[in-house]
Amino acid sequence: MSSELTTTGYIQHHLTNLTVGSGFWTWHLDTLIVSGLLGLIVFGGMALVARRATSGLPSGWQNFIEMAVSLVDKQVKDTYHGKSELVTPLAITIFIWVFVMNAMDLIPVDFLPITAGAAGVHYLKVVPTTDPNLTFAMSLSVFCIMIWMNFKVKGFGGFMHEVFSVPFGLKLAPINFLFRVIEDIAKPISLALRLFGNMYAGEMVFILIALLGVWQLPLALPWALFHILIITLQAFVFMMLTVVYMSMASESH
Amino acid sequence: MNINATLIGQAIWFAVFIWITMKFVWPPLQKAMADRQQQIADGLAAGERGQQNLELAARRSAETLREAKEKSAEVVAQAERRGQHLIEEAKIAARVEADKVVAGAKAEIEQEVQKARQVLRDRVAELAVAGAEKILRREVDASVHADMLTTLKQEL
Repeated sequence: MSSELTTTGYIQHHLTNLTVGSGFWTWHLDTLIVSGLLGLIVFGGMALVARRATSGLPSGWQNFIEMAVSLVDKQVKDTYHGKSELVTPLAITIFIWVFVMNAMDLIPVDFLPITAGAAGVHYLKVVPTTDPNLTFAMSLSVFCIMIWMNFKVKGFGGFMHEVFSVPFGLKLAPINFLFRVIEDIAKPISLALRLFGNMYAGEMVFILIALLGVWQLPLALPWALFHILIITLQAFVFMMLTVVYMSMASESH
Repeated sequence: MNINATLIGQAIWFAVFIWITMKFVWPPLQKAMADRQQQIADGLAAGERGQQNLELAARRSAETLREAKEKSAEVVAQAERRGQHLIEEAKIAARVEADKVVAGAKAEIEQEVQKARQVLRDRVAELAVAGAEKILRREVDASVHADMLTTLKQEL
C-alpha cells in the first residue's frame, strides 16, 4: 500500500472497485454489498415502521417516513394520472435508495477504505452510485417498466400506432420510428449517466480535497454541505424523471 | 467504467426493494394516512355539528327561561288575587260571626234580666209578707189571709 502513495495512485486506489470474477462475469462486491445493505436497512426499517403504522398520532419515525413518502406521493399525483399501483412505490424506492446511496459520499473519503484495509480488504469504492453498473441497472429497469407500461396501457396496436405515427403522421412512419427509438434509448442513458456523472464528479472532488493535506479541513466542510444539496437533488431528479416517463408511457399523445 | 455482471445484481436488488416498498411499506402507510385524513375530516365535521347544537341549545334555553318567567309571573298574580279573595271572605265571615256573638250576648243578657226580675219579684213578695207578718203577727192568720196575699203577689 505504501508504494501507491502518489497522487495518481491515491486517486486510482479510491476509484477501484473490489472485484471478484473476470471478464463480463466480474462482480463489484463493494457496490453490491453497500447498496444491498443500505437498501435492506432502509426499506426493512420502513417496512417495520409501516407495519406498526397507526392512523392516530404518528410516532417520530412514522412521522418522518410519512413526510418523505408523501412528498414523493405528491409529486407522483401531480405528474402521473394513470391507475398503476406500481408508480408510487417505484418512485419512493428510487428516491429513498438513491438518496441513502448518495449520502455515503458524505462519509470522509478515507474512513471506510482504511477501516476495510485494516480488515484485509484492499479496495473499497464506498459510494454505489459512482458505479455505472448500478445507475444503468436502475435506468434499464425503469426503461423495461416503461415499455411494459406502454404495452399494458395502450395495447400492442395502440403502442405501435403511436411509435409509427407520432409526431409526423403515418406517411413518414420510418422517420417517426427512428425518432421514437432515439428518444426512448436516450432516456435510460441520460438517466444513468446523469446520476453517475454527478456522483462520480462529487466523489472526485472529495478525493482531490483529501489530497490537500491540512487545507482539506476548511474545504471539505463547505463541499460536503453543498453536496447535501446535490445528493438530494440527484435522487429527486432520478425519481421525477422516472415518474414523467411513466406518465408519458400511460398517456396517449 | 466497465459494465459487467454487477448490473444484473443491481437490477435484482432494485427489484427486491421495489417489491418490499410495494408490498410492505407503501400500502400500510397509505392506509394510515388516508385513515388519519378521514378522522381529521370527521373530527372537524363533528366539531361543527357540536357548535350548531350548542347554538341551538342556547336558543332553546333562552326560550325556556322566558316561558318560565312568564308562567311564574302569572302564578304570582293568581296567588295575589286569591289572597285578596280569601281576605274578603274572612272579613265577611268575621262580621257574621261577630253579629251572631253580639246577638247571643244580647239574648243572654235579656234572659238574665228576666230571671233577676223574677227573683227580685219573689224576694219582694217574701219581704212584703215577712214585713206584714211582723206587723200583723198576732192578728193576722197566714192561712186565713192566703187568698189575699196571693192576689197581692200577682199584682207586684
